Amino acid sequence: MNLMANLLPAAAEIFLLVMVCFILIFDLLLKQNKIYTYLFVQLTLLGCSLITVGTHQHGVFYAFNGMFVDDLLSDVLKMLSYLGMSMVLVYSRQYLLLRGLFTGEFLVLALFALLGMNVMISASHFLTLYLGLELLSLSLYAMVALQRDSAIATEAAMKYFVLGALASGLLLYGMSMLYGATGSLELGAVSNAIHQGVQNKALLAFGLVFIVSGLAFKLGVVPFHMWVPDVYHGAPTAMTLLIGSVPKLAAFAFVVRILVEGLQSLVSDWSGMLMVLAIASMALGNLSAIAQTNIKRMFAYSTITHMGFMLLGLISGSIEGYGAAMFYTVVYMIMSLGGFGMIMMLSRAGFEADTLDDFKGLNQRSPWLAFMMMLLMLSMAGIPPTVGFYAKFSVLSAVVQAGYTWLAVVAVLFSLIGAFYYLRIIKLMYFDVPESHVPIVVESDTGLLMTLNGLGVLLLGMLPGTLMTICAVSVRQSLLLH
Amino acid sequence: MSFFDAVFYLFAILTTLAATGVIIARNPVHAALFLVLAFCSAAGIWMLLEAEFLAITLVLVYVGAVMVLFLFVVMMLDINLVKLKEGFWRWFPFGAVIAGLMVFEMVWVLGSRQISESSRAVVHAANYSNTKELGKLIYTQYVYPFELAAVVLLVAMVAAIALTLRRRSGVKSQNVSEQVKVKKADRLRIVKMHSESRAEGK
Repeated sequence: MNLMANLLPAAAEIFLLVMVCFILIFDLLLKQNKIYTYLFVQLTLLGCSLITVGTHQHGVFYAFNGMFVDDLLSDVLKMLSYLGMSMVLVYSRQYLLLRGLFTGEFLVLALFALLGMNVMISASHFLTLYLGLELLSLSLYAMVALQRDSAIATEAAMKYFVLGALASGLLLYGMSMLYGATGSLELGAVSNAIHQGVQNKALLAFGLVFIVSGLAFKLGVVPFHMWVPDVYHGAPTAMTLLIGSVPKLAAFAFVVRILVEGLQSLVSDWSGMLMVLAIASMALGNLSAIAQTNIKRMFAYSTITHMGFMLLGLISGSIEGYGAAMFYTVVYMIMSLGGFGMIMMLSRAGFEADTLDDFKGLNQRSPWLAFMMMLLMLSMAGIPPTVGFYAKFSVLSAVVQAGYTWLAVVAVLFSLIGAFYYLRIIKLMYFDVPESHVPIVVESDTGLLMTLNGLGVLLLGMLPGTLMTICAVSVRQSLLLH
Repeated sequence: MSFFDAVFYLFAILTTLAATGVIIARNPVHAALFLVLAFCSAAGIWMLLEAEFLAITLVLVYVGAVMVLFLFVVMMLDINLVKLKEGFWRWFPFGAVIAGLMVFEMVWVLGSRQISESSRAVVHAANYSNTKELGKLIYTQYVYPFELAAVVLLVAMVAAIALTLRRRSGVKSQNVSEQVKVKKADRLRIVKMHSESRAEGK
C-alpha cells in the first residue's frame, strides 16, 4: 500500500518518462517519415492528461518522503502544460519540416522539457525543484542549438547556457543558505522553521537575495533580462515558441512554491525586491520593445514586460493576488503561442517572417490570419473585450486591494506605452501595402489551431469567469498559508 | 590547535591557493593542473569530515576522468592567450569590488556564532561506513531525486549525440558483419590457365 500511495500521485510523470524512453527507441526504427513519432508524442500527451485527471484526488498529498506534492494547483498547471506543449508541436511541425529540424531528437527533447516542467510544478523540496529546473533547462539549451549550422542559433544557445548556469548557481547558493538557516530542504519544514523564528536572520536574508536573483534570471526580468532578446531572436522560431510559452507555467509554479509555500513568512522582505524587479521590467521592456524592428525581439521585450506584470500579482501577498498572477500566466501562454505561431505560419522554406515589414498589408494577403493576429495583439495590449484585459485587470485589482494604488497607476501607464507597439502591428497589417505577394500556404491543422487560438482569446475575454475561478480555487486549495 | 585542526587548515589553505592559481595561471595546462590540486585538497577536507566515499569519488571522477578530458581539450585547441587575457585589467576593479563585497558578506553571515556551533561534524564509531549510509539513503528516501538525476544524464546524452553526430554521405566505413560473412568465392577468382612449357616458342 505504501508503494502505491507514493507512485499513484506521480503516475503521470512516470507514464511520461516511460513513453519518452519508448519513443527514443521507436524513433530509431523509423527511417525517414517522423510523422508516426509525432503522432505518438501527441498520444502520449493525451495519455498523460487522462492519467492526471484520473488520479486527481481532493486535497494535498505528499509522496516520496515529502519531495513530491499532488494538489489542485499542480494538476491544473500540468493539464495546461500538456495542452500548451501539444499546441507548440502542431504549430512547429511544418516549420521544422521545411528546415530539416523535425527529428526524433526534437520531439524527445520537447517531452523531456515537459517532464522537467511537471517535476517543477509538483515539487515540494528544494532538491526536486532544482532537478526539475535543470531537466527543463538542459533540454531547452540543446533545442536552441539543434540548428547546428546557424551561427546565430549557436550563439544564442551559448548565451542561454552560460547565463542559465550562472542563475542555477545563484539559486543553489541561496538554497544552501536557507538550509543553513533552517536545517531543512523541504519547503514545508523550511516554512515552519522560519515561522517559529530563526536565530540567524542575516543568513536568511542573504539566502533570500540569492534565491530572488536566481528566480529573476530564470523569469528574465530586469536587471537579469539580458539573455532574453538574444535567445528569442537567435533560436529557430519553433524553439522560441517553446521557450516563450509553456515554461512560463513552470516558472510561475517555481516562484510560488519557493516564495509562497517556503518563504511566506518573509513576504515583507521579498515583496519589496519583486516590486523593484517588476517596475524595472515594465519600464525597460516596454520602452525597448518600441525600438525593435524584429518581431521576435519585440516579443522578447514584451515577455519581459509581461513577467514583470505577473510579479505584481505576487507582490500583493494575498491569495487573490496569487490567483491573479496564475490567471495572468495562463493567459500569457495562450497569447504567446498564437503570436509565435503566426510568425511560423507566415514563414516558408528559406524565409523567416520575423521582421515587422513582413506583416505589412497582411489583411490583403490573408484577411482571416490578419484578424486573428489583431485579436492576439489587442489581447497582449490588454484591450477589452479580449482576455488580456481581464488578466491585467485582475492583477491590478489585487495590487490595489493590497494598498499599492500608486503601483497600479505606474503599471497602467507603462501598459499604455506598451499598447503602442502592439497597435503598430495592427496598423501595419491593415493600412500598409504588402511588400511581397507570395501566397501564404496554411496547413489545415495549424490553420484550425490558429483560429481556435484567436477566437479563444476573444471568447475567454467575454467569459473569463470559468478560467478565473479555476485559478483562484486551485491556488486557495493548494497553498497553505500561515 | 590540535593535529586535526592543523590538517584542516593545511588543506583549506592549499585549496584556496590552488583555486587562485587556476585563475591567474597564464598557461591553460598549468591552470588545469592547479585545478587537479584543488580537487585533491578538497577531497582531503571531505576525508576529515568522514565522508570517504565522496572524497574517493571526487578524485576518481574529477581528477581521473574529467580533468584528463579537460587537458586533452586544452592541448587540442589552439587557444590564443593574448586574446583571452584581453580586457582583464579593464574589468579587474569591477570584479574586485564584487568579490570584496561577497567576501565581506560571507564573513559577516557565516562568521556568526549560531552557524559555527550548530553545525559541528558528528564523530562516528570506527565501524561506521559512509558509503553504506549514503547508499541506503539514495535508494530509499532520495529515490525520486536520484531517478531524476538519471533522467538529466539521459537528456545530456541525447543532446550530446543530437548536437554532434553528423551522417555524411560517401564515407568509407567498415561493415564488420559483412566482412565476417564473406566467402572465398566473393573475393577470390580462380582463372584456369594452360600451363606452358619452357621450350615452346624457341
